[in-house]
Amino acid sequence: MKKLLLHSLLGFTLLLGPAILMAQDEDLLKLVGEEKPKKERIKYAFKSPRVINGHSMEFLNPGTMDFRILHRFGQLDQGYKNFFGLDQASMRMGFDFGILQNLMVGVGRSTFKKELDAFIKYAPIRQSTGPWSSPVTLAFVSGITMDGLPWSDPSRKNFFTSRLGYYFEAIIGRKFSETITLQVAPTMVHRNLVALETDPNNVYALGVGGRIKLSQRVAFTWDYTHVLIGMPDSGYYNPLSVGFDIETGGHVFQLHFSNATGMNERAFITETTGRWGKAEVRFGFNLSRVFQIKKTKHKE
Amino acid sequence: MKNYFVLAAALMLFAFSSSAQKFFTKSGKIEFDATTSSSPEKIEGVNKTATCVLDSKTGAIQFSVLMKGFAFERALMEEHFNENYVESNKFPRAEFKGAVANNDVVNYSKDGTYTVTVKGKLTLHGVTKDVETSGKLTVQGGKISAVATFPVLLADYDVTIPGLVADKVAKTAKIGVTCALEPLKN
Repeated sequence: MKKLLLHSLLGFTLLLGPAILMAQDEDLLKLVGEEKPKKERIKYAFKSPRVINGHSMEFLNPGTMDFRILHRFGQLDQGYKNFFGLDQASMRMGFDFGILQNLMVGVGRSTFKKELDAFIKYAPIRQSTGPWSSPVTLAFVSGITMDGLPWSDPSRKNFFTSRLGYYFEAIIGRKFSETITLQVAPTMVHRNLVALETDPNNVYALGVGGRIKLSQRVAFTWDYTHVLIGMPDSGYYNPLSVGFDIETGGHVFQLHFSNATGMNERAFITETTGRWGKAEVRFGFNLSRVFQIKKTKHKE
Repeated sequence: MKNYFVLAAALMLFAFSSSAQKFFTKSGKIEFDATTSSSPEKIEGVNKTATCVLDSKTGAIQFSVLMKGFAFERALMEEHFNENYVESNKFPRAEFKGAVANNDVVNYSKDGTYTVTVKGKLTLHGVTKDVETSGKLTVQGGKISAVATFPVLLADYDVTIPGLVADKVAKTAKIGVTCALEPLKN
């Protein structure tokens, strides 16, 4: 009986086996199996490595250079006399370079205080999907600024280091969806020399920024830094910028309104004198043009 | 009992020979070219991770390709391709499902090159359209190489090119397919 069962089972398998193999599968692709989920970096959280003023969680692609021309016009409250500020302009010209997918450097010069600045930005963790993925990008920025104005008091002994300022920033950001990206950026700014004895050398601030993508080529962006410790008692305010990123192919235009004049971290965090409530707001734009310096090699 | 093993061996052999009717690759090459005479630079992308399965018995053929796998020389072009044109987050893959219309002209057990007509449906950017093209199947040593090129009218697949760059991007992209298919063992 046992043998018979075995025989019939074997016979059954042998008869049906090839029949199953020969059966016509509707979806041939299923035969070769699903691809294993791979770790994949979430890209394009912002259109540009800057939200508006502050650094964004996004990086330049390796081998590219971002030529940035930034303009901030005069205050709107100046009215028709100064054509709502458009008669005046402060600018910063910058060159940023993408070295690795998570490493970039940049230099820039602003007309405001004739200040030079340079930074290095590195992300140990990038937001990704798949195995061993991270829900957020963590990036660090370290920068230096150098005031280029003549000494305010030439009669005293002045040191070169007095021109320098530094900033250190951590960016934690997440692209929540195709539409929404948010980030926070705790920042510390150190100034070697401050104007008044009562001004602190160290300023601690928390930056927040985000993007709402409105269409394939237009996004609403905003960027706010709240100074937590070290804000002088009067005359200085927290910088808030709101605007639109418009992508036109090779260029990204960032058009916005901001109460800040400065275009590096030291300047816009510690030296913003405008007030939104009093229309002491400036129209400004960042023009970003990315050049491919080194062609990406096709992976073999 | 002995007879059963002989039978089993014979049937297994038959099963293997029948499974060799299918051929596949996971490293097929798909090239995308939307360069026109007025393009300031070459608009070319290449993907070397396409999956293709061919059933030599019925002539059924299928392709699947991840849109994010297209690599461009310029990073910005790759960004625009994914973000603005094919929207690879929304539509991660392109698929083709069709058949070799004149499958009977191909002798899969004999080395040689055969000109074939492939008909089927291409799904790209969420839109499915009928596609027909001629290509070449080369049988050599039990392996098959498949080569074809066909045009894709981008507007057919709701891929819109903004007015500003409309004359710099071809309205019809050339798609090149090169696959080296190996027998599929179950």
